[in-house]
This record gives sequence, structure tokens and C-alpha cells, in this order.
Amino acid sequence: MSETSQVKPDYNYKVVRQFTIMTIVWGIVGMSVGVLIAAQLFAPALNFDIPWLTYSRLRPLHTNAVIFAFGGCALFATSYYIVQRTSQVRLFSDKLAAFTFWGWQAVIVAAAITLPLGLTSSKEYAELEWPIDILIALVWIAYIINFFGTLIIRKTSHIYVANWFLGGFMLTVAVLHIGNSMAIPVSFFKSYSIYAGAVDAMMQWWYGHNAVGFFLTAGFLGMMYYFVPKQAGRPVYSYRLSIIHFWALISLYIWAGPHHLHYTALPDWTQSLGMVMSIILFVPSWGGMINGIMTLSGAWHKLRTDPILRFLIVSLSFYGMSTFEGPMMAIKTVNALSHYTDWTIGHVHSGALGWVAMVSIGSVYHLIPILFGQPKMYSTKLINIHFWLATIGVVLYIVAMWMSGVLQGLMWRAVNADGTLTYSFVESLEASKPFYVVRFIGGVFVVAGMLIMAYNTYKTVFAPKNEPVSGDEALGVAK
Amino acid sequence: MSMFWTIWISVISLGTIIGCYFLLRWTLANKTGVKEGDEMGHEFDGIVELNNQVPRWWTILFWITMVWGFAYLLAYPGLGAYKGFLGWESSNQGILSLAESEEELRKDIEEGAWNEYALEVKLAEEKFDPIFEAYAKIPIEELAKDDEAVQVGKRLFLQNCAQCHGSDARGQRGGFPNLTDNDWLYGGTGEKIKETLINGRQGLMPGWLDSFGEQGISEVVAYALSLSGRDVDANLASAGKARFAACAACHGVDGKGNQALGAPNLTDNIWLYGGTERAVTETLNYGRNGVMPAFKDTLGEDKIHVVATYVYSLSN
Repeated sequence: MSETSQVKPDYNYKVVRQFTIMTIVWGIVGMSVGVLIAAQLFAPALNFDIPWLTYSRLRPLHTNAVIFAFGGCALFATSYYIVQRTSQVRLFSDKLAAFTFWGWQAVIVAAAITLPLGLTSSKEYAELEWPIDILIALVWIAYIINFFGTLIIRKTSHIYVANWFLGGFMLTVAVLHIGNSMAIPVSFFKSYSIYAGAVDAMMQWWYGHNAVGFFLTAGFLGMMYYFVPKQAGRPVYSYRLSIIHFWALISLYIWAGPHHLHYTALPDWTQSLGMVMSIILFVPSWGGMINGIMTLSGAWHKLRTDPILRFLIVSLSFYGMSTFEGPMMAIKTVNALSHYTDWTIGHVHSGALGWVAMVSIGSVYHLIPILFGQPKMYSTKLINIHFWLATIGVVLYIVAMWMSGVLQGLMWRAVNADGTLTYSFVESLEASKPFYVVRFIGGVFVVAGMLIMAYNTYKTVFAPKNEPVSGDEALGVAK
Repeated sequence: MSMFWTIWISVISLGTIIGCYFLLRWTLANKTGVKEGDEMGHEFDGIVELNNQVPRWWTILFWITMVWGFAYLLAYPGLGAYKGFLGWESSNQGILSLAESEEELRKDIEEGAWNEYALEVKLAEEKFDPIFEAYAKIPIEELAKDDEAVQVGKRLFLQNCAQCHGSDARGQRGGFPNLTDNDWLYGGTGEKIKETLINGRQGLMPGWLDSFGEQGISEVVAYALSLSGRDVDANLASAGKARFAACAACHGVDGKGNQALGAPNLTDNIWLYGGTERAVTETLNYGRNGVMPAFKDTLGEDKIHVVATYVYSLSN
């Protein structure tokens, strides 16, 4: 396995290559579905009266595809890459790595078939039925064994901070997935949750919010801790900050779920506790942003010439913005206005498109030349165009949803002098229509950027091969 | 909630915050053995880490949120069964029935307890009840001339009734009657409309397939359609007329219906479940079961009075 010398271990890049390419493919698929359903919201005829293309069935397909297919493949690719390079050994097991790749793709394909057919457990972000849930659990356990196995045989004295976050993300997601998906099957395609009523809701949002906290935050912070210092060629700003924000983040996040259930049948004490922890969580979340952005000190000028670094740093800005917005929305009084409105959708997308997608895209641009033995991406100009398309798209999206959300919240609570509601629901929907069009345009920008990325990647992968080079030389990064 | 769970919840939740406090103190004290600002001395794939102090403003923010968190958990419910020293609650927790809930609500309103829901109900009742009480004193037929009252009724209608009857009150297919055509199943006087709204209605049409058989059904369908002047097979219709005695019990010998039972008039070419031959056959084969829910508990009689006024105004 890791018999080669410590200087140039023979890393398993095959699995990293596979997951990296699939990140781009699933990114395009998932985001395109998002654009289609965004269009359906202002032009409902776009479901063409075909049940498989209705909003209700494509929406879970969109969320699953972008979170678990796009985000998941990005996490697999980067974590396998990071753990090898920062441990200076080849992966613990090539066979397990191959199993996680093909198993995960099978999960995605199964999701893409069953969700449009209307097969769903009805739990948000956990819609997949029980046979697929079992496959996910198996793949995930294999992933954990492979990742921690690699850490155990590492050649470095310490475990690098990126791996703390990646390890924390993997272990917690296993607990969340298995805990929330517990169900009694009644047939091969149908099961019922073992939880009922408010307990079921609490389990669901304990899972749901930590899918955000661990899958979409801790995992991607791991990615950030490797690719930001690497791409900037600068030391990590503060080791001590990374320790405190790691432990505080993972211990506080797990409490935050009840803020999704403010003003529901959930007991008061649970709601308050969720709100308190969500607000304290704001500080460690910003710890990660500070550590990432300050890592750039002394290298700010690189932002002018390096669009990959720009992707990474802008992703951190969006991370900081949405982790401020989130705790604010968790305050009951704010939540009374924002809940059930498009504000929530805007918040999720400033995290998902601004933070998760941008940090992944930056990391993938860093990886592609290294993995395919090229000195650099085919076109830096195209990366730059992608950066601007993505940034403009995200801003259009978020601003449209803020305006639409606040408008909805205000319209829903407006009352006449006689105590009757001023607006009917459909009036608030009508008021949202122009914002839905703007959101759709934002989405088109983001997908256009992804298509440019696919073209750039294709040209890089199939360019005439040079001598294989190591990562640092490939990028011309100064040590 | 038992004492055990209260202690369990308090220990792990406060423990999490206290843990953050000690972690922050440890971080600030620089126990790493490396001079502030120096490299940590480990290197990973070319990445080194500095031992910088955490930013001061960030530390202060952390203190503030932790202290606030503690204070909030003392003031409000959060630590298991502990209610918080302010005595706030969002609504009555642990209520098992509507009746109990109503009873507790009235008690809280009377005592002026800090129950957010009770306070909102009290405020709304004080502010809005007099408006509807005044309206309720005027007979519906009279009130329908008051444009403002009709507008208030319309708003209530849009919030509570439009889901089934449509925002233009013209109803929709599948048993939701048009309220604008002055054709009434249960009567169109103000009081009758109000009665319908208060207690709801259940319009049961039995299925006849078993007793009539397929041939019998097509005969009765032909006859029923002929009542509103439609072109039908005369032989079928006359055979159907013989069977219509069974229908006449509710719909009357002349097929003009009976408002006391909610049996529709079959001669006016207005069809609750569709007037095509196929739809009428379906109705006769399997029957229909139309439900208008009771709004007594949802809106209260005074508001219903105003909604009834709006509905009445649509055809008068």
C-alpha cells in the first residue's frame, strides 16, 4: 500500500478523479432541475402535465441532487485527496474507495429514478425510501473506515485540521442518517417512520439542520482548510482559532434543529433551547470564516490574478453572511416573519450556492490539472467568466428571495381594522411572481457558469499530456 | 416531565455552553508552548499553521452570546420542566382536548398570565368583537345593503370559504356549489344561509346501482335529464319515469327537489356534480356525499352573520 517513499507516496488519485468529474456532472444536473422548477413557479405549464415533471416530485430530486450528488461527490473527492496528501500515505483501501464511488453513484441514480416516480418517505432531505437508505448507510460506513483507516496509518505526526472537520462530518452524518431514517417497511417501496407526531418532527429537523451543519458546513470547512492555504500559498492564520471554532461548532450545531419548528406543537423549552444554541453558534461559525479569510493576509494581491482563489474567498464571504443570517432567523420574533416565506429559500441558497458550491468549484479547479497531469486549467479566462456568472447569479437569487420573502411575511400578517386578513394567500403569490422570474434568471447564470466549467474541464482533461507533475509545481504555487 | 429529564437536559445544555467558556479561556491563554504569532512546527503537504491569538472583537462576541444564552435560559423555559423566572409561555402546553384548551385559555385571560396566545386572543377580542357584535344585531337582509359590512364578509369569505367555493364564489366541479346563481340546496334566506354556515350540511345521495341495475340506471338517467328539457331517448325516459317513484321521496314527484333535505332541484339544469350523461350516471350508480363543514367553532356566530350577509348579497 504505502510502501513508496515518504517524499512521493503513490496516492490513489483514481477515486479522486472519478468523484471530481461526477461533481461537475451532478452539479449541472441538479442545478438544471433547480432552474426548471424555478421556472415552474411562475410558468406552471412547464410541467407539461406529466406527473414525473411536476414541482412536487422534482423539488426533492433537485435538493437531493445538489446536496448529496454534487456536494457529496465534491466532499468524497476532496476528502480522499486531502487525507492522503496531509497524511502522506495512500488510501487505506482501494477496494473500499471503489465501493464508495460506485455505491454512491448507485444511490444517486436510484434517487433520480424513484423521486420522479413519487416514491418518497416524505422527510425533507431524507426522502429516499428504505432500501436506498440502507445502501447509503453501507457506503457511508465504508467511507468512514477508509478515511479513518488512512488517518491511522498516516506518516505525519499530527492530524491536520481539515481532517478534523472531515472526520467530524462523516461520523455525525452517519448518526444523523441512521437515526432519522429508522422506519418500518411495509413493502419494497414504502415505509413508515418509527417516530410519531412532534417527536418525528424533532428528529426530522435534528437531522435536517445538521445535514446543513455537518454535511454542508463542517465537511466544506474541511475542504476550505486545505484549498485556501494551498491556493493562497500562505500559512493558516491561527491554529488556536481552528481548535476553538471546531469544538464549539460541532458541539453547538447539534442543538440547533428546533429553530425549524418555532411556533409549532414542539414544547416551548425545546424551541428556546434551539434558539439559544443557534445564536451562540454564530460566533464559532464566524471563527471559520475569519481563519480562512485571514489566511490570505499578505497575499491579497493574488485575488487580482487568480480567479480560483477568488472563488474560495468569495465563498467564505457568503459563508459569513449566511451564518449571520441563520442565527438571526432563529430568533423567534424574526422567525415569526421569515418562516414559511421565500426568505428561508434565499438563506439556504446563499449557503448552498454562495458557500458550498463556490468553495467546491474553487477546489475542483485546483484539483483538475493536478489529477489529469496538466500544468493548469485550459483557460483561466473561462474560470474568471465562471466566477462572475456564479457571483451575479447568486446575488440575483438571494436578493430576489429576500424581497419576495419579506413581502410575503408582511402580507400574511397584515390585518384590516375589522381584524380580517388584508390579503388572501393567492395575492401574496401574485406579488412574488416578478421575484420568481429574477430568481430563475439568477439560476440560469449559475448553470451557465457550470457549463463553462464542464467545457474548460473537458479541454483540460483531453489536452496533450505533459510529464505528470506534483500538485505544487502544477499550480506554480510558491511554498 | 420527570426530574431526571430536567436535570439531564440542564446538565448537557448548560455543560455545552460552559465547555465553550473553558475552551475560550484555554485558547486565550496560549497553552500551545509556541510563541504567539510563530509557526506551530508541523507541516502538512506544504501547509503550515501560525499560532496567532484569536481576534479580540470575536472573543467579546463569544462572551456576550454565552452570557446572553445563560440569562435567556434562566428567564424563559428551556431547561426541561423549569419554567423560567418570567413565567412566559407561548400557549398552554400539554393540553389534551379542545374543551380543556378553551377552559385554560379563559383562565389565563382572566388571570392575565403571560401566555402569548391568550394575550393575543384577548387583544383581538377586545378590539374586533364589538364590530361584529354590532353587525350581528342587524338582520342579514338589511345588513346586505351596508357596503362596508359586505366587504368585511367578503374578506372573511376569501380567507375561509374560497378554498372550495372559489374566490369568485362560483364554486367548482365535484360538489362545491355556485353561490351566485340564486339556486339554493338548503334555502337562500339570510337565516338559512347562516344555519348552513353554523352547523354545516351533509348532502347524502345514495347509490342505486344495486337496486336499479345498469339498465334501470340508464332509464332513470334519461328521465332525470328530460326533466330539464334535454333531448333523450323517449322510451328510456318513460321507463325511467316509472322508477322515479323511488327518487321522488327526496326530489319530489315533479323533481323540483326539497330544501328541507337539501335534495337538489333536477329541473333547472344546474348540476352540482356535472350534468353530462356520464356524470349523472356516476351520481346514480354510486351516490354522492357532499360535506359543508360547520364553522361555528372556527368563526363564531357573529362573524358567520357577516359572511352570510356577503353570500346573501351575491344573489340579491
